[in-house]
Amino acid sequence: MTVPAEPVPPIHATTRRPLPTFRGTPPFPEAARTALADPQLRANLRRATTTIRDKRSRVVAEREDWEQLRLAGAAIKDEVLRDLPALLERLERAVVAAGGVVHWARDAADANAIVIEVARAHGTTEVVKVKSMTTQEIELNEALAIEGIDVWETDLAEMIVQLGHDLPSHILVPAIHRNRTEIRDIFRDEMGKVGRPAPADLTDDPKQLAEAARRHLREKFLRARVAVSGGNFAVAETGTIAVVESEGNGRMCLTLPDVLITVLGIEKLVPTWRDLEVFLQLLPRSATAERMNPYTSMWTGVTPGDGPQEFHLVLLDNGRTDVLSDQVGRQALRCIRCSACLNVCPVYERTGGRAYGSPYPGPIGAILTPQLRGIAHHPVDKQTASLPFASSLCGACFDACPVRIDIPEVLVHLRAQVVEHAARSHRIPTPEAGSMAAAGWVLQTARRLGRAERLASLGGRVVGRRGAIGRLPAPGWAGAWLRRRDLRTPARESFRAWWRRTGGRDDAR
Amino acid sequence: MTGKVPADAPARRAEVLARIAAALVDRPASSAVPRDYQHRLPDHVDVLDLFAERVADYRSTVHRTDAAGLAATVAAAIADRGIRRLVVPGGIPEGWLAACPAERIGDDPPLSVEELDGIDGTITGCAVAIAETGTFVLDAGSGQGRRVLSLLPDRLICVVTADQVVGTVPEALARLEPARPQTWVSGPSATSDIELERIEGVHGPRILDVVLVDRPG
Ligand code: SF4
Repeated sequence: MTVPAEPVPPIHATTRRPLPTFRGTPPFPEAARTALADPQLRANLRRATTTIRDKRSRVVAEREDWEQLRLAGAAIKDEVLRDLPALLERLERAVVAAGGVVHWARDAADANAIVIEVARAHGTTEVVKVKSMTTQEIELNEALAIEGIDVWETDLAEMIVQLGHDLPSHILVPAIHRNRTEIRDIFRDEMGKVGRPAPADLTDDPKQLAEAARRHLREKFLRARVAVSGGNFAVAETGTIAVVESEGNGRMCLTLPDVLITVLGIEKLVPTWRDLEVFLQLLPRSATAERMNPYTSMWTGVTPGDGPQEFHLVLLDNGRTDVLSDQVGRQALRCIRCSACLNVCPVYERTGGRAYGSPYPGPIGAILTPQLRGIAHHPVDKQTASLPFASSLCGACFDACPVRIDIPEVLVHLRAQVVEHAARSHRIPTPEAGSMAAAGWVLQTARRLGRAERLASLGGRVVGRRGAIGRLPAPGWAGAWLRRRDLRTPARESFRAWWRRTGGRDDAR
Repeated sequence: MTGKVPADAPARRAEVLARIAAALVDRPASSAVPRDYQHRLPDHVDVLDLFAERVADYRSTVHRTDAAGLAATVAAAIADRGIRRLVVPGGIPEGWLAACPAERIGDDPPLSVEELDGIDGTITGCAVAIAETGTFVLDAGSGQGRRVLSLLPDRLICVVTADQVVGTVPEALARLEPARPQTWVSGPSATSDIELERIEGVHGPRILDVVLVDRPG
């Protein structure tokens, strides 16, 4: 490898760069190799991405004005970026006028310190949390744990990930790498350690699993005094924050506790109330492929007698201003985190999210993570530098993106920056050669492994996942990452094999 | 009570704003936002029919009635769902519940979350409803009450009157007051987190009845 393994001092940037979030993830090709060797993960991902992709095409085709909505969405977000200082100050005034408190965080450390301080001021030892990529980015859970504050993830998938001591693999369906039997086992073994236990006769029927989650979490919701959320949109004009969700755990967190803390990236603004008309149409169709998601909550500061009586809004930079400083790369800040680009990406479909080494996987992760880590201004670590190569530049992501982010254009631009940094430090050959055509390799390897699996199954045996991983070289620097993965209970069979055997009947093992 | 603001807060704020200004030294060009997307449904579309169809798509139950049949329809929904104790927010018209078979529980003084958690169901009005997406919007106004009332009980009955139904999302936003806390509801609580299998009902009300009151004649 030709890129320095450690971040080097910044050239232009004013503060220390955020560290990689999933520490110890190896560069994309190596991380992808592990994912590719996991037949269940690949089968689940394929099923997930195909299902969402097909549904999405249908609900998008229903709208003849889809392209007009995309153009409007992109233009509104460009306006936000252009007028960001004025809009942020306007948002701040509106939130304060409505009884909220606004905090500004330069980086993850600032944001975590603010959340900890608010939690401490209320003497709480636990917070409930709505799924939020921003709080994953700043590693809030870890920061709170150090302070002795328990964080309860309340989104079903995030809870599965948290109880399973695991990492998420997809923006919208973070537990897509787990099948129902694994989830049942996790609930049975882990729920009782942190609260209301799962019923002893719990089967792997998804309905029963959801019911167990409902009961387990209800106890926490009713007790919690402090909640932490992210936000999908913040209206500068009115100070209104919007959270879009499906399960109702968001409503619980946003309504029941006394205190609400929302951590929001500074790019999440829209200028006016009316602008929501564009995004509330683009987001649900692009994300969960629905005309509208089950619940959208909107609130403005504090409403006397209804919901939290204390509201804190934390406005987070954490590298976003570095993204903003790059004239080509800044379009990544239009992103509304819908995950449509993941589901159409041939590379992502085969590797899953964890190979990307950040909470932002897939095509958006490949352009956002390197920029958040300051690639516009200084060399980045080798894992980050490998991300712009994790694409075949097929362009499907641009076509799917509801805010028209030209992801291939940014990828090519970032590749040039990686090469330039390497050349400046007189390291040859170029990273492209070393980091290889990561995407092409992934696609080829997936085909080869698929064939091998089918052959093995002909002998009547299911390929053991651990066996497959065991044959792969695990270089020392990948150790930490692989160890984290090894915490997972190996599934005895792939989802596909399980399905073939049981026809999906409950509780068949 | 308000959390303390850390001492370096003004410096942090100034630094973030300065970084943004520095990042925008190239002064990106301004251009108007094109808004030639759909604002209204075509005239030939019957918004009430479309609303009923789209709500049903989410696997909620839609009951169509008129003012004369409303009380009986509400009473039947309450009975069918086995609701014995019903939360009735302030401002619900008396006529809706003229035949109510359940014990009515008001929210004045406010119910505790524990009390609410033990009640079977809630009836609510709404602020506006959207045909294209099958959505109704609660804004804590009269006949709706606090957000939590429509959250904890497991069965929710929402009465939507014909004049509240608009065609599109843009029309709905134009009618809503941003300062009010809002909950947009499109079908019951749902998850697809387990093997992408859709399950109705995780934390919110798992059973949703929408009573649509048509215009007379
Ligand atoms: S880049 Fe576009 S498609 Fe991808 S998550 Fe962001 S908004 Fe969605």
